[in-house]
Amino acid sequence: MELDEKILKEVTGILTTFVPQGQQLSEETDMIADLGLDSLKVMKIVETVEDSFDISIPLNILPEVRTVGDFVLQIQKITGEG
Amino acid sequence: MTIFDKFQPLAEARQQIEQSAGSFLNVVMEEIISGTEAIINGRPTILAGSNNYLGLSSNPDCIDAACQAAREEGTGTTGSRMANGTFSGHVALEKELAEYFGRQGAIVFSTGYIANLAMLSTLVGPGEVILLDADCHASIYDGCRLGSAEIIRFRHNDAADLEKRLRRLESRNTNVLVVAEGLYSMLGDRAPLADIVALKQKYGAYLMVDEAHSLGVLGDNGRGLAEEAGVEEGVDFVVGTFSKSLGAIGGFCVSNHSELDLVRYASRPYIFTASSSPSIIASTRRALQILRSKPELRHRLWDNANKLYRTLQDLGFTLGPEVSPIVAARFENMEEALAFWSGLLERGVYVNMVLPPATPDGSCLLRCSVSAAHTEEQMDRICEAFTAVCKAVKTV
Repeated sequence: MELDEKILKEVTGILTTFVPQGQQLSEETDMIADLGLDSLKVMKIVETVEDSFDISIPLNILPEVRTVGDFVLQIQKITGEG
Repeated sequence: MTIFDKFQPLAEARQQIEQSAGSFLNVVMEEIISGTEAIINGRPTILAGSNNYLGLSSNPDCIDAACQAAREEGTGTTGSRMANGTFSGHVALEKELAEYFGRQGAIVFSTGYIANLAMLSTLVGPGEVILLDADCHASIYDGCRLGSAEIIRFRHNDAADLEKRLRRLESRNTNVLVVAEGLYSMLGDRAPLADIVALKQKYGAYLMVDEAHSLGVLGDNGRGLAEEAGVEEGVDFVVGTFSKSLGAIGGFCVSNHSELDLVRYASRPYIFTASSSPSIIASTRRALQILRSKPELRHRLWDNANKLYRTLQDLGFTLGPEVSPIVAARFENMEEALAFWSGLLERGVYVNMVLPPATPDGSCLLRCSVSAAHTEEQMDRICEAFTAVCKAVKTV
């Protein structure tokens, strides 16, 4: 599946509020290794994204999310289902 | 590279904690004096972090019942409920629990953790959804993980957020189980259960409430938050534990759905573990009788809860949002929390210290739980210790 640039832009915008200023973000950015996000922050990000896209993100999909691109693809799948 | 390399961050965290509060990770109850007092580090210490809400772990009648059962039936069942591990006591306890809760059926599990594991991993299957409060206990999360349902969180105690998620699921036309707790274990706050019941009815969902910390604590008859909120009919499944108000160990689920009994044949955590020993079943049955017949225990518990909550509030602590037998003081800084915890222990008071990520919002908690068995003098000593440590470390 190809990445939806609009969703990528919105997700990146949300992530910037959770990471140190100046942190570079791309679809290849590893959310744990590169951004050092802990589980509490991850859940806050998930909640913010859920509100932003009016979706519910199942916890089951989180183990499959490593990069920002993976996250965007999962959001695309959910919004597509909706 | 070894198999243990992944634990290195834990080793570093442990070292850091041990430098600040040496004994925090190695607390040993060297001698049990009573349900509210033990020797720790060679010193008599009041236990203000035990979840022993009604003080029944040391009730003489419960102890007698346990001893008699051990003498008559042995120290263990040595088998699963599905094989040789169902004794007459297990069956009797299930009947007594069903009758107490006014429900058709009950299942007794070996621990409260297993009760959640068993129910959540079995009841909700592929294509179905569990909607759980974000602050639910780890056993609820683990039960979800063991099963194959879709797992979605809603914001803690936020009925509006729950409704948003129920609405999003409407078009899926699938079974949804909402999960909440009677009293949340970290901050002692209640779920907005009447609102949740109204939503589950509006959207045709099922509801499970874990009354682990509210059994014996809330409701005129001690049946928990569902009783207190007057919505027992709207709760499909009540799960709970014997390891808090009932002073032993074990878990249960009660329900008016007659199909509950079928869970026994499908639930791996029920089938593949040994059943509770006869002594545990016997003491739990006795404790349940006491819980039902002595509401004064609950009243004493709430007097103690009010006293500690008000004292810590006056000292300036940030506490949970409402009075309950769980009184948790928040600390933003781990060093301060560790120093405070050590200061209390040095003054002969043990409380739980909970560090992130086990806390709801990433802060550190000094989590106290009071008991009906705490005497007035013990309550005074707990409050005095907090006051003294406040003065000593000037953190508040």
